[in-house]
Amino acid sequence: MPSGPGRKGRRSSRRETRPALRSAALAIALGIPAAGAAWPGALNAQEGPGLGVELTPEQIAAWDINIAPDGSGLPPGSGDAREGAEVFAVQCIACHTTDGSEGLNDRLVGGHGTLASAAPVRTVGSFWPYATTIFDYIRRAMPYALPQSLSDDETYALTAYLLHLNGIIGEDEVMDAESLPLVEMPNRDGFIVVWPPTEER
Amino acid sequence: MTGSRCSGRGFEQVAGNGLLHRRLFLTKTASLAGAAGLGFMTARPAAAQAQLDVPEWTKVPGAPMSGYGSPSPHEAHVQRAFFSRPGTVGSGASQTPLEQLEGIITPSGLHFERHHNGIPAIDPGRHRLVIHGLVARPLMFDLESLARYPLISRIQFLECSGNGRANDAPEPPQVPVSQIHGLVSCSDWTGVPLSVLLDEAGVEPEARWIVAEGADSAAMNRSVPMAKALDDAMIALYQNGERLRPDNGYPMRLFLPGYEGNMSIKWLRRIEVTAEPMMTREETSKYTDLLPDGRALQFTFQMGVKSVITSPSGGLEMQGPGLYQISGIAWTGAGRIRRVEVSADGGQTWAEAALTDPLLPISLTRFRMPWRWDGGPAVLQSRAIDETGAVQPTRAALHARLGTRFDYHHNAIQSWLVAADGAVSNIYA
Repeated sequence: MPSGPGRKGRRSSRRETRPALRSAALAIALGIPAAGAAWPGALNAQEGPGLGVELTPEQIAAWDINIAPDGSGLPPGSGDAREGAEVFAVQCIACHTTDGSEGLNDRLVGGHGTLASAAPVRTVGSFWPYATTIFDYIRRAMPYALPQSLSDDETYALTAYLLHLNGIIGEDEVMDAESLPLVEMPNRDGFIVVWPPTEER
Repeated sequence: MTGSRCSGRGFEQVAGNGLLHRRLFLTKTASLAGAAGLGFMTARPAAAQAQLDVPEWTKVPGAPMSGYGSPSPHEAHVQRAFFSRPGTVGSGASQTPLEQLEGIITPSGLHFERHHNGIPAIDPGRHRLVIHGLVARPLMFDLESLARYPLISRIQFLECSGNGRANDAPEPPQVPVSQIHGLVSCSDWTGVPLSVLLDEAGVEPEARWIVAEGADSAAMNRSVPMAKALDDAMIALYQNGERLRPDNGYPMRLFLPGYEGNMSIKWLRRIEVTAEPMMTREETSKYTDLLPDGRALQFTFQMGVKSVITSPSGGLEMQGPGLYQISGIAWTGAGRIRRVEVSADGGQTWAEAALTDPLLPISLTRFRMPWRWDGGPAVLQSRAIDETGAVQPTRAALHARLGTRFDYHHNAIQSWLVAADGAVSNIYA
């Protein structure tokens, strides 16, 4: 695991001074229909014994690994596609082949223009809507046999390499906490968000 | 079987190709139906040729007690089928053997599995759950503390949203029902309402989502609407009365009733409260439903209304013409099952099946239907209707709406062809 990632001004880390809403009031604010019908009201009103131990953000840091599309959560460090190619050759080719276009497991490269065809190929380049998700997923779950073993620089470099193989950034473009959230993924507008539901599916 | 037995009260034909009124199971003749299995009352048994003997197990002392019981060795064939991604052993799924089970509760050892990097070997004494983000007080809980919170119990199904997609293949796969629809299971879950813990942490007004994360080496994570988290989400600690099995998230998992199984994060270690979804790998590149125009539906959380006949089903053999009990399961993420209809003529005519108590919300519901098979070809189907009025669609209707590459939330009607030789196979009808 990377050492405690440095936090940018992440909204979720902000400490609020105003009192937090009770969940019942919040449920009303969120428009949950008749919460008491599906869930006995007495249970919602029930209070716990207060056994949670309060933590500081610093204490949570090693677990606080989510990266949001706006880049919050991205740690210091950087890498480019050339560096990423070297890491990829050591860590990734067993499952994803030398250029990520084939392999035993998920294809990472190619598939552009296939999504509306009879044989869609969903890759990082053709399908993934956010570049930040690439960094997040590599850092938390890859390489498969040794997850959370890469440095943040290596993770940035691999992210840059995959973006470059997909023709999204140049070989010399450096990915870091500032540049990665600005990368425009080709399929960014390819999703229809159906939450909250507006009609019966 | 004699004609007179079949023409009696309770043998009223209610739909084409031999479907009989469900009241048959409520009459005295139905006591004959106590014999379980595919072929009860199929033919009058031949007269016994010999005197009964007393078998050896009646004449020797039996086995002693044991600390934890196991199924009979004669049931050793009742197994989950499983597969893993190439080059891995713990990145795949196992499927509940629906064709071997009855009732609605899935034995814990037969609950389906879907793991992304194996089952972590968690020491429960060192496991922690952290709630942080947009909260007044970031909190950490251990297992012992959580077990002191007010517990609730509910019998509810869990379904992988990829369940059933084998039937999107151009040709119907000739495999047991479990290998098409076995990514659904049902358990008695006991745990702590998540709303109680969020209350204690103090959710900030702008919070709209939580991001739940597992302690497995995939650190699997999903964004969940705050509305769901406060409504009926549970931190489950017990499954069918005992602590969770390791393959179902020991020592604690998120349980989101009626939502696609991927969101009910196993081995739950962290909940970050946020204003926006995190757009994790699982909720963008996976678990989004690709439409024919190349766009994909995102955040299709709730599982649709669905049913499937488990007996008879693909790969089983009929035991000659006669009276059979059709048996299957129905479920919906929307609440209760209102009605299940069965057809024996490929959907030309339908009749209502008997639903077996208890009829619980977001649970499996067992349905049964008497059927007199005349020995000719038949196509068996079931169609569930839930309490919102939603009707399970045909495969053709589902494909007309979503295409064939949506991959998730496949709830189409399953058709089984019963051939004249008694073989049962998968058919697109």
